[in-house]
Amino acid sequence: MVEIALRSLQVTVSALAISIVIGIPLGAWLALGHFSGKKLVTALVYTGMGLPPVVVGLGVFLVFSRSGPLGDWGWLFTSAAMVVAQVIIATPLVMGVTMSSVAGINPDLRPQLRALGATPWQATWAQLIEARNGIIVGIVAGFGSIISEVGAVMLVGGNIAGRTRVLTTAIVLETRQGNFDIALALGIILLLLSFAANSALIVLQTRTGVPR
Amino acid sequence: MTAAPFYDLHHVQQSYNGRIVLRIPELRVEPGEILGVVGPSGAGKSTLLRLLAFLEQPARGTIMLHLDDHALTAETATTDQRRQMAMVFQRPALLRRSVRANVAYGLRVRGGRDHREQIEAALRQVKLDHLAAADAHTLSGGEAQRVALARALVLQPRVLLLDEPTANLDPYNVRLIESLIQQHLAAGNTTIILVTHNIFQAQRLATRVALLLDGELVETAPAPAFFQSPTDARTAAFVSGELVY
Repeated sequence: MVEIALRSLQVTVSALAISIVIGIPLGAWLALGHFSGKKLVTALVYTGMGLPPVVVGLGVFLVFSRSGPLGDWGWLFTSAAMVVAQVIIATPLVMGVTMSSVAGINPDLRPQLRALGATPWQATWAQLIEARNGIIVGIVAGFGSIISEVGAVMLVGGNIAGRTRVLTTAIVLETRQGNFDIALALGIILLLLSFAANSALIVLQTRTGVPR
Repeated sequence: MTAAPFYDLHHVQQSYNGRIVLRIPELRVEPGEILGVVGPSGAGKSTLLRLLAFLEQPARGTIMLHLDDHALTAETATTDQRRQMAMVFQRPALLRRSVRANVAYGLRVRGGRDHREQIEAALRQVKLDHLAAADAHTLSGGEAQRVALARALVLQPRVLLLDEPTANLDPYNVRLIESLIQQHLAAGNTTIILVTHNIFQAQRLATRVALLLDGELVETAPAPAFFQSPTDARTAAFVSGELVY
């Protein structure tokens, strides 16, 4: 059970970290940039926020299947494929919420910071710090969407004992086998993990809100 | 002491979405002066200030800032040269941090040593030292504007651009901010451009005054001449209060 919980955390934290690295800069760029097609890209990001996980799983399955374009990598039914699927699910959430948070801050702030001597990067960083509460909400949403996700990880991970079995897929398996007590215990562990992670993010949100 | 910077503007035009919002054939901002830019709302005053701050580039014409024997434009000015300027906006856009952190911002982006003493001195100057640790978003309008001024003054800019720094403030804050502007000018090699719709403030502070109407530079003259013997009929009407927008 501990091993399954640790694997769940490992896959989810890895996917979330990658989503943060991709989603926050892209979300900020979408909010601050001016380019043709911005509305279309924004609509695509919002669509991505509601992607059905099982469809993502199917796509990743096809890409990594033996006859798929990345079949040679041998990632199907490994944790790596599960991470890829979860990154695809979480990134639009992190990106979309970052975008709306950065776009929602005072439009005069950037020129004001530039007029105080900030370089464009320094001004962007300050804007991200200003939008931190919203960005943390995006991270929480991303985390919530993948820690509890079952369809995609089942498809691309295969729920292999000792290799790709995570809390959600284990709950499905134990329920199907009638082991409700084990399924329930796994469910409680999942809830506790989710609660602990969200509490940590809320603490981070509160701390960064304190004036310095 | 190095000479104060000055501006030369030639055939400057700015437009947004095809609409011309500012047209200035010639304007020189003299070294070490306070140029007051007056005019009604929508006259192009803030646009002029953003152009002078190199936050925008003009659609046409040239804006040269002469600084330490360099003739700079928005395209050629380096970050260090831009950092000789500071601008205070009409609505102070403060960071969601403490008052102290807001005042420290410009110094922090310049890097370097501990700036505690400078920050404390700037806060004392604007009489906000007792609120140094307060969240900047809990301040009143006047206090917020004083923080905005402090975070510009702490940089000791050679060019200070002020966009309606006392708009909608009470007499106490107006007096305090005006006295700080005068002190900053007296301290040395600084050139100040003050945008205001308040002609009395321009009269109190400016050495020269320029009138903008509908994006057009109507007249520029030394303050006494501008108010007592304007050459343009529209300036005379604006100064006398007959020209109401």
